[in-house]
Amino acid sequence: MVQKLDTLIETASQTAGPYVHIGLMPTYAGNGGYYDEEIATTPFVDESKAKGDVIEIVGSVFDGTGWAMRDALIESWQCDAAGVFPGAEGADPAFTGHCRFAADADTGEFTLRTVKPGSYMGRGGVISAPHISLWVVARGINIGLNTRIYFEDEDNANDPLLNRIEQRPRVETLIAKKTADGIYRFDIRLQGAGETVFLDL
Amino acid sequence: MTDMGPLIPRNRAIHPVPYDPDYKTSVSRSPNLPLLSMESSPSEETGPTFGHNKLGALDNNLILNWTKGAAPAVGERILMHGRVLDEMGRPVPNTLIEIWQANAGGRYRHKKDSYFAPLDPNFGGCGRTITDENGYYEFLTVRPGAYPWPNRANDWRPMHIHISVYGHSFGQRLITQMYFEGDPLINHCPIAATIKDRSSLDRLVAPLDFSKSRPLDFLAYKFDIVLRGRRQTMFENKLEGM
Repeated sequence: MVQKLDTLIETASQTAGPYVHIGLMPTYAGNGGYYDEEIATTPFVDESKAKGDVIEIVGSVFDGTGWAMRDALIESWQCDAAGVFPGAEGADPAFTGHCRFAADADTGEFTLRTVKPGSYMGRGGVISAPHISLWVVARGINIGLNTRIYFEDEDNANDPLLNRIEQRPRVETLIAKKTADGIYRFDIRLQGAGETVFLDL
Repeated sequence: MTDMGPLIPRNRAIHPVPYDPDYKTSVSRSPNLPLLSMESSPSEETGPTFGHNKLGALDNNLILNWTKGAAPAVGERILMHGRVLDEMGRPVPNTLIEIWQANAGGRYRHKKDSYFAPLDPNFGGCGRTITDENGYYEFLTVRPGAYPWPNRANDWRPMHIHISVYGHSFGQRLITQMYFEGDPLINHCPIAATIKDRSSLDRLVAPLDFSKSRPLDFLAYKFDIVLRGRRQTMFENKLEGM
């Protein structure tokens, strides 16, 4: 016999299911007015006062057959333009860093309007290239999928996460491509050719 | 928070498998390649916060919130309650919990749900609350009905409530489902069966809890939620630049 561990076991995930939008984005689901104030509909407290560049990231979430999913729901979390996470001292008060957005029910395309994040220094003085963290849920996804958006017009050469990806062509799956001034394209592929790198952090 | 260590790595053996042929939609929505595992970074160790001021007085009362208190929903009245804790057993205070569910007949207020059971004009089917300083939360609602769904030829979902929890860091983010003690459909459900560790599935089943049941009013079910914890030892490096 040994001593008993008194740690608890994490609650198991279950799929968000086909009706996740009524719970997390009631207005999108057609149940507008349910709450006085819906949360995370934008990462801005006041876009006109937010520091840094406002950008739009457009993309789709493709399943293993190449179909752009109509029911994916995504959450983003990021630091502000100066590399400070909202809630920490000195963070931009006009920016929450967190947004919920969904694939369009007709086209399967999503748009995230946010500020371009700065780089930051993590544990051991390691500097991460600018990135936005994503969490993807939908019917058929049994545990939410984590990934990151990096940017092709930033210096990603020394990013500690990108440098851990052994198959170098797969790095491209995490890099948003600039399509116009302030507009980027970032597609997520759940399975198969060009499969996005998903994270376990 | 700045003196805390990384998130405890997730034990994926207690979670559902991503690919399960008996849950057909998962077949084309599960990655084939392994996840990239690394120690957590500030991007996962920080997370959004929400103030109590965003919430309305009836937000955690699904019996009344759709009609803004004008008329109660139909169904078996229940209190769903419990605590949010982390793996170290510490309460997780001031965190947002959101729930959504079918009505007492098994029908969601969603344009894609066309089940025979009618909508209840007095039931919307979602609610939200923020845990108190001890990690405790409560919802008043009706027990959702079981319903059939298109998967294998005759699959039914057990009675369940969907739950979304934030915790204090983005890496703790969790969506799960609460099942009800004694529901025979749990053992036939291909979504419940995506969890291969039986004890892990058992922890999603809420027991009937007479200690919180109010006589002549509602029954109660207890559902505690455990989120990932943070490693803390005397040997941790401190975060820099935070």
